[in-house]
Amino acid sequence: MIRVTLPPHLRKLARVDGEITLAVMGEITQGTVLDALEAHYPMLCGTVRDQVTRKRRPFVRFFACGQDLSHESPDAPLPNAIASGAEPFMIVGAIAGG
Amino acid sequence: MSGVRVLVGTRKGAFILTADAKRANWKISGPHFAGWEIYHLKGSAADPNRLYASQSSGWFGQIIQRSDDGGSTWHQPGTPEGESTRTPEGMPKGESNKFVYDTSPETGKPLTTHQWYDGTPHPWEFKRVWHLEPAQGDPDTVYAGVEDAALFRSVDGGRTWHELAGLRGHGSGPHWQPGAGGMCLHSIIVDPMNPQRIFIAISAAGAFRTDDGGKTWQPINRGLHSLYIPNPTAEVGHCVHHIAMHPSRPGRLFMQKHWDVMRSDDAGESWHEVSGNLPTDFGFVIDVHAHEPDTIYVVPIKSDSEHFPPDGSLRVYRSRTGGNDWEPLTKGLPQNDCYVNVLRDAMSVDSLDQCGVYFGTTGGQVYASADAGGTWNAIVRDLPPVLSVEAQALP
Repeated sequence: MIRVTLPPHLRKLARVDGEITLAVMGEITQGTVLDALEAHYPMLCGTVRDQVTRKRRPFVRFFACGQDLSHESPDAPLPNAIASGAEPFMIVGAIAGG
Repeated sequence: MSGVRVLVGTRKGAFILTADAKRANWKISGPHFAGWEIYHLKGSAADPNRLYASQSSGWFGQIIQRSDDGGSTWHQPGTPEGESTRTPEGMPKGESNKFVYDTSPETGKPLTTHQWYDGTPHPWEFKRVWHLEPAQGDPDTVYAGVEDAALFRSVDGGRTWHELAGLRGHGSGPHWQPGAGGMCLHSIIVDPMNPQRIFIAISAAGAFRTDDGGKTWQPINRGLHSLYIPNPTAEVGHCVHHIAMHPSRPGRLFMQKHWDVMRSDDAGESWHEVSGNLPTDFGFVIDVHAHEPDTIYVVPIKSDSEHFPPDGSLRVYRSRTGGNDWEPLTKGLPQNDCYVNVLRDAMSVDSLDQCGVYFGTTGGQVYASADAGGTWNAIVRDLPPVLSVEAQALP
């Protein structure tokens, strides 16, 4: 199971508390993790990435294992620690005041 | 009528204010969707407990919310709590947040560019829903005015949205440009006697009308005069802030433009200025009394750079003659050191026998008058900046 953390706004929208876990089929990439996230929590469709272009929203960033993966290809394999469930895939809202 | 519900959208959530028909004691519910910008929420005339809300953020995009119980509970249409998150065919739901410009060869129009602030071409990009307008007779049909300017319609209670592409595809689209708040479609008025006729307004393109249910559109800006654009009488390019209509007189429209208060008596074919004795004719809101089609309200704002009332004195102005002759309404409103703004969708009226008038400010106050503007009271004083106010008379 893949562990995913969401920013507070999206946790509230998805009606979840804390970390969530997802079953992801096939290779573990940003794209497949987000596909699984949106399939299980359709109310998040369009919030992390654009529904049409599938591009990450500019103020959303991805972190895992102490690395900023925001600019990695969505098709690149995520670190093994994510795939094994040892570490969470972190979806974070950029800090910009307000 | 048993009472009133006032729906308030703010920069940090939605609030629902309710009172009985006396409108003296109010209950305040909220914040709903705390932390999100709620540009607009509105109830259906056909089913007052059916509410739609536009929830958005620069971080996480656009969410459409719906309530079927007057705002006690909310859900994203098509994804009610506890229901399967997949369709019987296995497809994930969540389509209710999807606003995609129609570029299909059958019904759509190619995505052109519009003008950016500096006049350079800029691609059309969806940002948010500014205004939701439920259709008169059907709670499942609702229109959405969006930024970048376009009109969408849902006929399934907000589950799916389809663009009425003839508007964006009007030949003048490449000449539209954003106002300071963005290139938004902010006003939608469906003619109650002829649902095929719809009026909309875009900042800063102007007003448009369709007479065929949204297939084709024409600009209706003749008579507008805007000194801030290269051709002051251009067919498009005017910064219309808001338009209003009384349902009993669908041919008469009122407009608060960037500067100038205007009236049309021929469904927008021509406009003439009715600013009259207003202290300034800059402003954002304009609305019509529920029972007196010639009685209108504006809140004059000092100028396009000083977005606050003249002299620090918050005054609603009322005309009982369809404009030109205006009287200030001040009783109960702050007359000193008040420097708030009242944004374009932040005024509304109720349809009780004694018409109620409501408006919200960027300072977080929501003012109510239960006597058509004669006296005012603050229902609440310390909300986040108010973006929109909609009043509903409850059966």
